[in-house]
Amino acid sequence: MVTPKNKKGKTMKKTIISLVAATGFGLLSQGVMAAGTLNIYNWGDYTSPEMIKEFEDKYDIKVNVDDFDSMETMLAKVSQGASGYDVVVPGEATIKIMIDKGLLEKVQPNKMSNFKNIDPKWVDVYWDEGRDYSIPYQWGTTSFTVDTDVYKGDINTLALMFDAPKELKGRINMLNDMNDVINAGLRYLGHERCNSNRTQMKELFDLLVKAKPDWRTMDYSIIEKLTSKDVDLSQGWNGASKRARKDRPTLSYAYPKEGFAGWMDNIAVLKGAPNLENAKLFMNYMMTPQAAAMASNFANYANGIKGADKFMSSDLNTSREIVIPAGSPAPEFVPPCDQAVTDLYTMVWTNLKK
Amino acid sequence: MTDLTVNNQTLSSSVQTQEQRQQKVRRLLLAPSLITILIIGVLPLSVVLVYSFLEPGAFGGVKWNFSTNAYVQLFFEADIFDGSLSFTTAYLEIFWRSISLAVMATLGCVLVGFPTAYFIATQPPERRNIFLFLITIPFWTNLLIRTYAMLLILRDEGVINIGLQNIGIIDQAIPLLYTEFAVSLGLIYSFLPFMVLPIYSSMEKFDFRLLEAGFDLYANRLKVLWRIIIPIAKPGIAAGCILVFIPSLGAYITPEVLGGGKSMMIGNLIYSQFGAARNWPFGAAIALILMAVVLISLMVYMRRTGDKGGLSHG
Repeated sequence: MVTPKNKKGKTMKKTIISLVAATGFGLLSQGVMAAGTLNIYNWGDYTSPEMIKEFEDKYDIKVNVDDFDSMETMLAKVSQGASGYDVVVPGEATIKIMIDKGLLEKVQPNKMSNFKNIDPKWVDVYWDEGRDYSIPYQWGTTSFTVDTDVYKGDINTLALMFDAPKELKGRINMLNDMNDVINAGLRYLGHERCNSNRTQMKELFDLLVKAKPDWRTMDYSIIEKLTSKDVDLSQGWNGASKRARKDRPTLSYAYPKEGFAGWMDNIAVLKGAPNLENAKLFMNYMMTPQAAAMASNFANYANGIKGADKFMSSDLNTSREIVIPAGSPAPEFVPPCDQAVTDLYTMVWTNLKK
Repeated sequence: MTDLTVNNQTLSSSVQTQEQRQQKVRRLLLAPSLITILIIGVLPLSVVLVYSFLEPGAFGGVKWNFSTNAYVQLFFEADIFDGSLSFTTAYLEIFWRSISLAVMATLGCVLVGFPTAYFIATQPPERRNIFLFLITIPFWTNLLIRTYAMLLILRDEGVINIGLQNIGIIDQAIPLLYTEFAVSLGLIYSFLPFMVLPIYSSMEKFDFRLLEAGFDLYANRLKVLWRIIIPIAKPGIAAGCILVFIPSLGAYITPEVLGGGKSMMIGNLIYSQFGAARNWPFGAAIALILMAVVLISLMVYMRRTGDKGGLSHG
């Protein structure tokens, strides 16, 4: 019977460490050598190897990174418990769900030494008010990208997707994402998001049905769709748009006057993380401008850390996709809709795609 | 007399115990496979069955309340206008599209697979193995990659369109990709080996002198094909049809990549219920109904082939 003893030993050690941590010394001093491992669960192609390497060398911790391909996959895996992961990187809507379900450890990054580096506008966010559970990783916007050689008019309007001009008819890719498509449609009509008003939703449904013949595809692989010239307009994320522009320089990312969505991926620690202390060290490390800049240089999105721009590539700091031009509306962060609204959305979506 | 009875009894009881023991051993030896089937087959299916009768939980998962809503939802939906329940054809249309595409893929596979298998079966034995080997080559690569290869061939700037433009047959790209044609072509390409192999194995042992006999009896080529070759190959064709139809019906990647994602198939519908729609019970219910469709078509097939046992030929 080795296990109970081991378990007990572990909890004892944990208690001691958290006692130390509670006094604040554990995290403040960089001299703490938490030799051991850290298991990170993140989107694929989204974790800078350079940033991980530096963390490993600095703290003598071996880091393992594992990938997921969708929020649903990640959520399904970690809600069963004992996934073995310490750090996860959920999107803003998902993190709200995870906090409500009690899946995250309340590690209080707001008490950590580097918390002062976080841009104040990312502290009191709806998904983690005051940041008791998470810190920003990367953030961006969801709008659309147009080839300005094909369409020469003003691109900053959702009409290009829902009331397509002649040049763009049949040359449009929409995201294969219920919430992104429906919310964009609601913005175009000027109706509230997470809408349970049946008259307005019917209006939306009619709009989508009318627009659908102008869409060629509904697919997530937007970079490929744009660079292969399968389409000339694609709904999608700003970082992807930037990468597509490298291959097709006439592409331009739109900031529609009717509004567009914002999103943020956040670093959080799972409840029952086997390497809790290392996870906290990682969180504190990720709030340094250098680490945040390395993450951004790799993933091509903005981070929420002040002073990181000094270490970011000049290309990122000036590109139209990352820096929102003055005069554009602020990105809207839409909370997850409740089940009744989701059912309504699903009905619209299924009938649109039947 | 008494002695005899006693003897008889001991004899029969010893035979019985021996039989019992044998049965015990047999059961014990069968146990591992039975338990495996139970764990990897019956158990997950029972979970699906149970989940289909529960209520959807908030943000995924299930609530442990009994409900038949998932099955009602398949045929009735709350109207967008007033919320009253009315008959819906949305899911039936999705089922219908999936079934018709699967039928097209199956027919396409028969048309291409039958001559291929016949050709291989008529080759000298040592060459047959090379051809069979060639048939299996696509299986060495992941399905997704093979589907993407089709995408590269069919797209506006793909091999076919650029090729035709270069020869001067067309001036503008023909939109081949993101159509039902592309999806059927992709399905045929993906599942063709499942058709060729069973047809080949049913024709492999065929004595081709029977064809000469047929010709000697004044049958023309069509008659020989219809009266001799096809009846011989029939169990293989039937097995191949099942092997192609079933995976085509539940296909997910091919319609998504080659169809452009604008229209749902059953596979996509089920996936979305466990994803964005957050309605696990409904997803479970559709999965079970899909299984029922497959089982019914299998049963129809079994009854048709009767006790000739078509599958064992395949």
